[in-house]
Amino acid sequence: MAKTASYKKKYRFFKPREKKLNRSMAGNTLLFVIMAICGFFMALPLVMIVNNCLKPLDELYQFPPKILVRNPTLENFTDLFTIMNDSWVPFSRYILNTIIITGFGTVGHVILASLAAYPLAKHEFPGKKLLFNMVVLSMMFSWTVTQIPNYMIISWLGINNNYLALILPACSYGMGLYLMKQFMEQLPTSLMESARLDGASEFQIFWKIVMPNVKPAWLTLAIFQFQQMWGNTGSMFLRDEQLKPMQFALQQISAGGTARAGAAAAVTFVIAAVPIIFFLLCQSNVLETMTTSGMKE
Amino acid sequence: MASKEALAVAKKQGTLMYQIKKNKECYLMLAPYFILFFLFTVLPVLMSIALSFTYFNMLEWPTFNGWNNYIKLFLEDDIFLISLKNTLIFAVVTGPVSYLLCLLFAWIINEFSSKIRTVLTLIFYAPSICGNAYMVWSLILSGDRYGYLNGILLKLGVINEQKLWMQDAKFILPCLIVVQLWLSLGTGFLSFIAGLQTVDKSMYEAAALDGVKNRWQELWYVTLPAMKPQLMFGAVMQITQSFAVADISIQLAGNPSVNYAGATVVTHLLDYGSTRFDMGYASAIATVLFLLMVGTNKLVQKLLGRVGE
Repeated sequence: MAKTASYKKKYRFFKPREKKLNRSMAGNTLLFVIMAICGFFMALPLVMIVNNCLKPLDELYQFPPKILVRNPTLENFTDLFTIMNDSWVPFSRYILNTIIITGFGTVGHVILASLAAYPLAKHEFPGKKLLFNMVVLSMMFSWTVTQIPNYMIISWLGINNNYLALILPACSYGMGLYLMKQFMEQLPTSLMESARLDGASEFQIFWKIVMPNVKPAWLTLAIFQFQQMWGNTGSMFLRDEQLKPMQFALQQISAGGTARAGAAAAVTFVIAAVPIIFFLLCQSNVLETMTTSGMKE
Repeated sequence: MASKEALAVAKKQGTLMYQIKKNKECYLMLAPYFILFFLFTVLPVLMSIALSFTYFNMLEWPTFNGWNNYIKLFLEDDIFLISLKNTLIFAVVTGPVSYLLCLLFAWIINEFSSKIRTVLTLIFYAPSICGNAYMVWSLILSGDRYGYLNGILLKLGVINEQKLWMQDAKFILPCLIVVQLWLSLGTGFLSFIAGLQTVDKSMYEAAALDGVKNRWQELWYVTLPAMKPQLMFGAVMQITQSFAVADISIQLAGNPSVNYAGATVVTHLLDYGSTRFDMGYASAIATVLFLLMVGTNKLVQKLLGRVGE
């Protein structure tokens, strides 16, 4: 008896009924149908990228173009690996560069933005409003025109042609601070008060109490930032081939013209697959935290 | 006597220096981020605004020319006015619609059990994560008989001959709006999903006792007010996205597009900034766009203050 119940629970599409109030079966079905139709259109790019990388060359150039692959092959990937092995700078070097730039850019931004967001969300001090407004407004200025001044500043600082030229600006993007501040605002103040009475310093409160409680927020921020950093080719600031990230090398390969169309399709797959894997890792954790976050004011 | 002392203490506590000293720890926590923020964001923005009052071709030192860029922008540059009109149409349509879609989809996805939720989130977020995903649309909107949209419409007998979706000035803007909507489940969408996780579950039970009868009432009276911070965040992201549309227009309709039907403020800016190397003029365009977004943001934040009332 108990076994069938757990079986049912596991395979039910919607959350178990006893937990959900105010839900009708008709409503559930309607929502499911809507999601199925919309999901079809939204999934198109995924379908196309996966199919393209499995197409042999003649199918890639077929006219009229078809989305689905007829004779799937892994040729494109073997091509890609051959090209990678021939590259002038060992490909592992590009991968290392990407790990450094994306890793520090993502972790650094999440930590610095959260650290600054905490006082902005939960403390009163002179200048608070001004600082916060500046961050929000900064997101509205077109980055195309700030690129030139940015370049000048990075040259003045002498960090041109250095990983720091990509990592430091990435740590100070406005969006992360705004996102974290909004989530921290929702935390009940009582949570911090009790820790303060126990003699915890503000930094300890931030690290031990605030951060674990806003886990969905910083995981989401990590997804955004990872995607941003992963897409960075660094071509503006990094001159040495040995410093350039994988994204740059991959784009070079896919710019190889007709002969490399197959490898290019494989590159598109790799470029999309990495952030998707990162997304899946983070997102499943975002959704897990919900069961534990039942705090009360 | 005691009251005098108390007054002195109160006076001391009221001074700015005392406030700053008291919150020393706060400023320490703010410092690392804001030092970088001033260097790499505030300073460049201020420099750009200053450049908007100059002529600057990126080779010679900028020369001051007062309000000339702005005067030219509004009085002589017809294409700017077209692009401004397009951007406003774009923002007014895609902004609210995509905001509501983000919210709606995030809310529906939240109803599913956790594994399906992850998969659905991925599918809906896919267009934003797959770099150049909108290239799918160049297949769909292709102007010959083999374009998917033309093919289907011809088969159904809705149209008699193929339409040049991306070359006909009539169709460019509506098509771009559809593509943008499809692309727009990004930052706001994910932050809504995360926001929904933070809503206190016991509030739903309390609301049910208070007479909330269906999921729509629950959404308006419980869920939305509880996730107001995320709604504000989503709105700002939506504004920055819908006013800054450029990539899809350039990729699908070209820059310049036929009759400038797909021109937006940012494509115009890119035209001057990266093609004609007139950075002063480009900066002036950026400044105007900035003011436009700031104004819209003020308005939207006011509207959002009314949620759940």
